[in-house]
Amino acid sequence: MIPAAFDYKRASSAEEAISLIAQAGDEAKFLAGGHSLLPLMKLRLAAPSMLIDIGRVTDLSYIREAGDHIAIGALTRHTEVENSAVLQQHVPLLAHAASHVGDPQVRHRGTIGGSIAHADAASDLPATTLALGATYVVQGPNGRRSIAAPDFYAGFLENSMNADEMLVEIQVPKMNGAGWSFQKFNRRAQDWAIVGVAAWRRGSDSGVALVNMGSTPILASSVASAIKGGASIADAAQQAVAEADPQGDLNASVEYRTHLAKVLVRRALEESTK
Amino acid sequence: MRHDDICHIRDLGPNGHILSGGYAVKITVNVNGTAQTSDVEPRQLLVHYVRETLGLTGTNVGCDTSSCGACTLHVNGQSVKSCTMLAVQADGQNVTTIEGIAKGDELHPMQKAFMENHGLQCGYCTPGMVMAAIGILDENPKPTEDEVRVALEGNLCRCTGYHNIVKSVLACANG
Ligand SMILES: Cc1cc2nc3c(=O)[nH]c(=O)nc-3n(C[C@H](O)[C@H](O)[C@H](O)COP(=O)(O)OP(=O)(O)OC[C@H]3O[C@@H](n4cnc5c(N)ncnc54)[C@H](O)[C@@H]3O)c2cc1C
Ligand code: FES
Ligand code: FES
Repeated sequence: MIPAAFDYKRASSAEEAISLIAQAGDEAKFLAGGHSLLPLMKLRLAAPSMLIDIGRVTDLSYIREAGDHIAIGALTRHTEVENSAVLQQHVPLLAHAASHVGDPQVRHRGTIGGSIAHADAASDLPATTLALGATYVVQGPNGRRSIAAPDFYAGFLENSMNADEMLVEIQVPKMNGAGWSFQKFNRRAQDWAIVGVAAWRRGSDSGVALVNMGSTPILASSVASAIKGGASIADAAQQAVAEADPQGDLNASVEYRTHLAKVLVRRALEESTK
Repeated sequence: MRHDDICHIRDLGPNGHILSGGYAVKITVNVNGTAQTSDVEPRQLLVHYVRETLGLTGTNVGCDTSSCGACTLHVNGQSVKSCTMLAVQADGQNVTTIEGIAKGDELHPMQKAFMENHGLQCGYCTPGMVMAAIGILDENPKPTEDEVRVALEGNLCRCTGYHNIVKSVLACANG
């Protein structure tokens, strides 16, 4: 399977990438790790007229402490997120979730920015950063702006960036010792989650998000409200699907996904409660 | 390669540089220690570049959908699935294929371990398995059996010889 022909340009900075995409117009796409885009292009489900390769914008590959949060460059690869001592200390949930993405070969290529920009409800890092209350920094011709994670996911594989904007940084609040859990239920090694849950909890504060329970990653705010209101874990978990809109597919019916989400949210809350 | 080089080549027009459906760009890749310069279409996959442009057919295509790992080779020392990478993305990088790991007639220790532990049956998955396994030990020199099984999750063996594959990797780690 070979992608349809396209023009190829390589950018050496975010500014260059943004000006190239502004010139190229609608049919151009950024290429980061290529591990979501190239499979789609090989199946001819995507046929961009031009790829602007941002894979060498190495100054956007970093993980650093910045006050109350950790700043992660969009071009940071999954394997670096997984193995980062800074993240293991301050945001262990994210480092752990990254270790569940695909397989080692996939993690050597795929980037956190590509994963979030792709906005796949079935992917692990969009939901995980949503649960953690992350902010995404995007850059366009007129500079940078911040988008809170809940405002970023606009629909199925759709984000709220403009066509000439590029995701440049992911800011994730430090967890400050909160308990956490990542539950990924799949049938085969390496697969995407049939349902997944990312959760953290510190006393009555918590954050819970669901993987593959709708057309976007889902913030399960009703679960967090229930915990805040003093509900038991079992009762809070019953709220798991209040914000969700699961679809049935070859792997799971709507009923099965709904059941699974409640079970996994309960397990995630139990593991997060210390 | 800078993209002005690409435009330059493209400007040459149809005289030898336009391939079917697209245009060629010049890339230089260090493959198994030798710099290789070729004109490739941007859409050419790394696995096709290695197999067809360079004639290094040790790297196999299995699923062609980034699931099976048969096409695993190393880019800058890290295992990747070459069916899910473009040749242009490897421009200026170091690529190691299964052909590049033995020293003359002396097999790489991982190849030897596969041979001695019956880590292959039909052999189709083997180049990818060996390259993935070398990558695993580079990152975790003394893995447990469980760690080997998890780290090989991106490689499928249709002969299902997993026990001996895992045994081979552990033998190499402890050998
Ligand atoms: C076999 C396999 C298994 C996988 N398993 C999982 C899994 O279990 N869980 C999981 O979460 N993911 C999984 N993935 C997906 C993987 O995580 C991808 O790496 C990731 O989703 C996309 O990142 P990328 O850098 O490869 O992006 P690309 O494929 O390069 O880009 C994806 C999309 O985002 C856009 N884009 C990329 N970067 C930016 C940016 N900085 N700004 C704006 N737009 C941008 C591109 O234009 C494109 O539309 C798997 C992939 C494969 C091939
Ligand atoms: S051929 Fe590349 S992963 Fe199967
Ligand atoms: S040995 Fe036959 S596919 Fe693995």
